[in-house]
Amino acid sequence: MSQAVAPVRHVLIEGNKSYHNITEDLCSPTEKAPSKEWIIAFSLSAAFLALYTFAIVWTVWKGIGEWGSNRTINWAWDITNFVWWIGIGHAGTLISAILLLFRQRWRTGVNRSAEAMTIFAVMCAGQFPIFHMGRVWLAFFIFPFPNTRGPLWTNFNSPLLWDVFAISTYFSVSLLFWYTGLVPDLATVRDRATGYRRKMYELFSFGWTGSAKHWQRWESLSLILAGISTPLVLSVHTIVSFDFATSIIPGWHTTIFPPYFVAGAIFSGFAMVQTLMVITRKVLKLEEYITINHVESMNKVIVLTGTIVGVAYLTELFVAWYSGYVYEQFAFYNRVFGVYWWAYFGMMFCNVVSPQLFWSRKIRRSIWWTFFLSIVVNIGMWFERFVIIATTLARDYLPSSWSYYSPTWVEISIFTGTMGLFFTLFLIFTRVAPVVAVAEIKSILKVAGDQYIGPKAHKKHEQSPQSAPVRNEDQNAGL
Amino acid sequence: MAAHQSTKVLYGLYNDEEDLKHAVKVANAGHLNIMDVFTPFPVHGLDPLLGLKESRLHYLGFIYGAIGALFGFGLMSWVFTSDWPLMIGGKPYWAVPAFIPITFELTVLFSAWGMTITFYTICGLWPGVKAQTLDNRITDDKFCIAFDLTEGADETALKNFFSRTGAAEVNIKTF
Repeated sequence: MSQAVAPVRHVLIEGNKSYHNITEDLCSPTEKAPSKEWIIAFSLSAAFLALYTFAIVWTVWKGIGEWGSNRTINWAWDITNFVWWIGIGHAGTLISAILLLFRQRWRTGVNRSAEAMTIFAVMCAGQFPIFHMGRVWLAFFIFPFPNTRGPLWTNFNSPLLWDVFAISTYFSVSLLFWYTGLVPDLATVRDRATGYRRKMYELFSFGWTGSAKHWQRWESLSLILAGISTPLVLSVHTIVSFDFATSIIPGWHTTIFPPYFVAGAIFSGFAMVQTLMVITRKVLKLEEYITINHVESMNKVIVLTGTIVGVAYLTELFVAWYSGYVYEQFAFYNRVFGVYWWAYFGMMFCNVVSPQLFWSRKIRRSIWWTFFLSIVVNIGMWFERFVIIATTLARDYLPSSWSYYSPTWVEISIFTGTMGLFFTLFLIFTRVAPVVAVAEIKSILKVAGDQYIGPKAHKKHEQSPQSAPVRNEDQNAGL
Repeated sequence: MAAHQSTKVLYGLYNDEEDLKHAVKVANAGHLNIMDVFTPFPVHGLDPLLGLKESRLHYLGFIYGAIGALFGFGLMSWVFTSDWPLMIGGKPYWAVPAFIPITFELTVLFSAWGMTITFYTICGLWPGVKAQTLDNRITDDKFCIAFDLTEGADETALKNFFSRTGAAEVNIKTF
């Protein structure tokens, strides 16, 4: 039986692990003093977070005039960065929800940290529209609630309000999904801890015992949350694309935007997961859980979505030409050869050309290539949003109002500062919770551990229960 | 549910989920009344052996989602047709297609929150709840079967059962 299925299954857990080894390996990073690398990374991230705080206080104090946005290009870096961060967030939900429904076992190694990444990326994304409002203390006006202003309600027909609902639903549902998955693992950390750490984890693990009925409900809940998160994640970037697609600006008013934005979001999200995972697996010594097979699977997703995005770019150009509509044709001519030509070619090179290297198995399985290309893809996806937003607005209907945009130090500080926020949160997460889902890894050990499948397999798990005591000795001998 | 106050629990720890499933089958055959089974991860195939019915959480998920959809669509319809009709670009007041995105988001929001809150409530899991842990290694690598001794169960028979089914350890704990 295992012979027949072995070729399609990959070894996902290496090193002949027992259940106890898994607990030990995955929980110990939360129990040891931080490493030197961690302290350096954390200090650097915290410095950028401080820069962010300073630039935000500056913006609120002085006003939006401190940004480079102007009357013509009124959506600039802020919306570019918003869409970029939201896109990055999508990989987490894709890995945890869609791959769960597709029964892709390799997701287990990376889902926990990818979900954490989603939550932190959405937090970064949220900063931009909130502070772009200007009078940020009135930000609660975006929510419909009975009020004394008329009552004045929000405009439910506006894609910007749809965005408010989409992003806040996405954030809170992702948080529930992530935390519910985390509770059993926090209980594992709790049961290993003593003193004040035990008290802390007692609070955070909600009194989890591992009762059979609780596990059954937990699995049921996870499956349904995955089921409803799947259309949710597709809807979020669709609605983000509606911000542009429902307008009447040539270059934005296109029906291709929703699928093209969703593919781009998955593309950039996986690139960010790769950037983080390549470092995390090395620093936390998780190479036996986040294996080269995991890296390769994610690179396959990158080459697929990168190609979809490339086809979308070419389709846009074709449709603009084929439409015979002069304003549409100008918008795309301007996108390619206009004032921001360098951003367009940067986008084409980073998003369409560079991921094609992953057709080579050698490059796909190389850590250094993966890390390098993941950064290139993230730069490319940032260019994509900049091209769509700034280039299009820079040349509007009236040549007298044509303009050029470049960011001020405040915008640059806010953007680099959100990276500080993101990495600070991620680094704290690696210290307080297991970055790989402990219970889920244990549940796939017997179908994906290298002692059961693959060339090094020396155990079979299809034995009858009667021979169980014998197998236990065998397992203990392996320790 | 875990043990309550002043409950005397006899429990055995197994090293492997296959041993546990085998032991549960033996216990069923001997009509032993298992109080609960604790495992470090969800063990598939255990629920039917324990006679646990499928969770009905997903029905509730549907109901919560339906409430969210009706609430969202109802609110928008009421606001834009009777409470404060707003003329936007000459479009109809009751602009059904434009209400779809928010209706969808609220369906998901209500369903997810409703189900999650229900899950924690029916499992008795909340911040501040102290876990009735029989053994610290149950969340690590031990598979546990627990019997309630307060109801006057036959202790020696149960201990015999544990030694016959290959339990690695047998202990008694009183809460």
